[in-house]
Amino acid sequence: MSSDLRDLYQDVILDHGKRPRNARVVEDATFIQPAYNPLCGDKGTLYLSMDPTGRKIIDAAYVGQGCSISTASASIMTDFVRGKTREEALETFGLFHDMITAPPDEATHRAVADLGKLSVFSGVAEFPARVKCATLAWHALKAALTEGPAPAPVSTE
Amino acid sequence: MKTLSASTPLTLDVQGVRAEYPILGTKVHGKPLVYLDSAASAQKPRVVIDSERRVYEQMYANVHRGVHDLSMRASDAYEAARGKVARFIGAPSVKEVVFVRGTTEAINLVAQTYGRVNVKPGDEILITALEHHANIVPWQMLCEEKGAKLLVAPINDAGEVEMDRFEELLSSRTKIAAFAHVSNALGTVLDAERMTALVRERAKNAVVLVDGAQGVPHMKVDVTSIGCDFYCFSAHKMYGPSGMGALWGRKTLLDAMPPWQGGGDMILTVTFEKTTYAETPFKFEAGTPNIAGTIAFGASVDYLTGLGLDAVAAAEHELLVYGTDALSSIPGVRLIGTAARKASVLSFVVEGVHPHDAGSILDYEGVAVRTGHHCAQPVMDRFNVPATIRASLGVYNTREDIDALVRGIRKVQEIFA
Repeated sequence: MSSDLRDLYQDVILDHGKRPRNARVVEDATFIQPAYNPLCGDKGTLYLSMDPTGRKIIDAAYVGQGCSISTASASIMTDFVRGKTREEALETFGLFHDMITAPPDEATHRAVADLGKLSVFSGVAEFPARVKCATLAWHALKAALTEGPAPAPVSTE
Repeated sequence: MKTLSASTPLTLDVQGVRAEYPILGTKVHGKPLVYLDSAASAQKPRVVIDSERRVYEQMYANVHRGVHDLSMRASDAYEAARGKVARFIGAPSVKEVVFVRGTTEAINLVAQTYGRVNVKPGDEILITALEHHANIVPWQMLCEEKGAKLLVAPINDAGEVEMDRFEELLSSRTKIAAFAHVSNALGTVLDAERMTALVRERAKNAVVLVDGAQGVPHMKVDVTSIGCDFYCFSAHKMYGPSGMGALWGRKTLLDAMPPWQGGGDMILTVTFEKTTYAETPFKFEAGTPNIAGTIAFGASVDYLTGLGLDAVAAAEHELLVYGTDALSSIPGVRLIGTAARKASVLSFVVEGVHPHDAGSILDYEGVAVRTGHHCAQPVMDRFNVPATIRASLGVYNTREDIDALVRGIRKVQEIFA
């Protein structure tokens, strides 16, 4: 397999794509945020439970259907943001977005270093058509944390 | 470029055809391009590209306006294209061809003019379950506005319209029956003649609109023998420019229809009290049109006619059979759409792999296919898949292209094993 494809479909991504973690419904979650990508039909629901102060994420789950990139991204994201504050989670999305959209320069390398397990998605940068797959769950996270529970699904369009 | 003989060729010289497409020489991710996405849009042969360039270099001016020589030349070429399009589909009169941006605009035009005048509360519009969104949404909008009802004839597991159900759903309440000539998502060829005959028999008040976007590139179309009232198609799927298309309609219907958009070129006289409209088809062509695109559309008609639609259909059918056999022999691949009569389209899913992942990997192998719902979400729902991978054939495709697709699918399966 070519190295770019191998970078996109790293074993961690294939694994999370096949067996997504935190794929469960959380009925009493603080935020229940639908997500939808009209271009490809990927859809899901993000569940975020906050601590009593509303500042810290104590649980995150995502149920949906989609390609391996969007499924793996939701799976790894829900692992990653548990225990993070609202601000930390949103800042992480910023770095993550930079990593998968920016050309590989110094800033991106720094982002990759800061992102730990999320850095497995750095290969997406070579596949611009897949950026929306990798960010679907993140857009839902951002919508939930900044706008509160939205009646309409967040869309990547 | 070979000189086209008056007689229609019996077979397609695919290598000769390929040599006329500059884009087929490009590389994708370092690999030779294997273009299997003609149902989304076909590539352009040199004659079409040259035609559009020649307009700008030798005869460009606005049409139907100036008395100066360039405007006359442009107008003549523009109207000559209308004649070519009319002959191409067997239209009884050149005045029955309205130039539009594409199939979508053609259908919207009919919905917003014929439909708005003739569809009343309680009336019905009948479509089928395999339609492209362009042949669903304009009718939904019309039904909503008029308090009419949209009925949908179901399809079977092979992706064929259930004809007895189609027949049953027709009645004196039906005002419009609209269906595809060829399904873009499944490749099913519909029996447009028979369906039109059924409408005539059971729904005397209805007009028949055929969405021919996927029909004209792959088979000889004759609107007179189909017997329909409107036929809509796009230039870009038949090797012509994008943003161009045609609506064919019976002259009596077009004459009775109100104009669509108002503006220049569609009027006879304008005063602030009253405007009288130009005759058919000009009353539907407000504003400066896509002049060069229209003339190049004519060139694409000449091109396809020169290849011979029968030869094109035979070559594509042979390749479709080859592709169907090749894909069917791969374990884990399931074809979606297995109608007895098909054209151009191989829609399929790979077990355990989302179509988008397959699409990225195939793209990396240089194989361009479409993945997604193909603007036909109800078809995806019918087959209970979120999306499919669609390989679609054009005049330039070869067995080697299918072989490359098969190799790509094996790679997809390797990665997702």
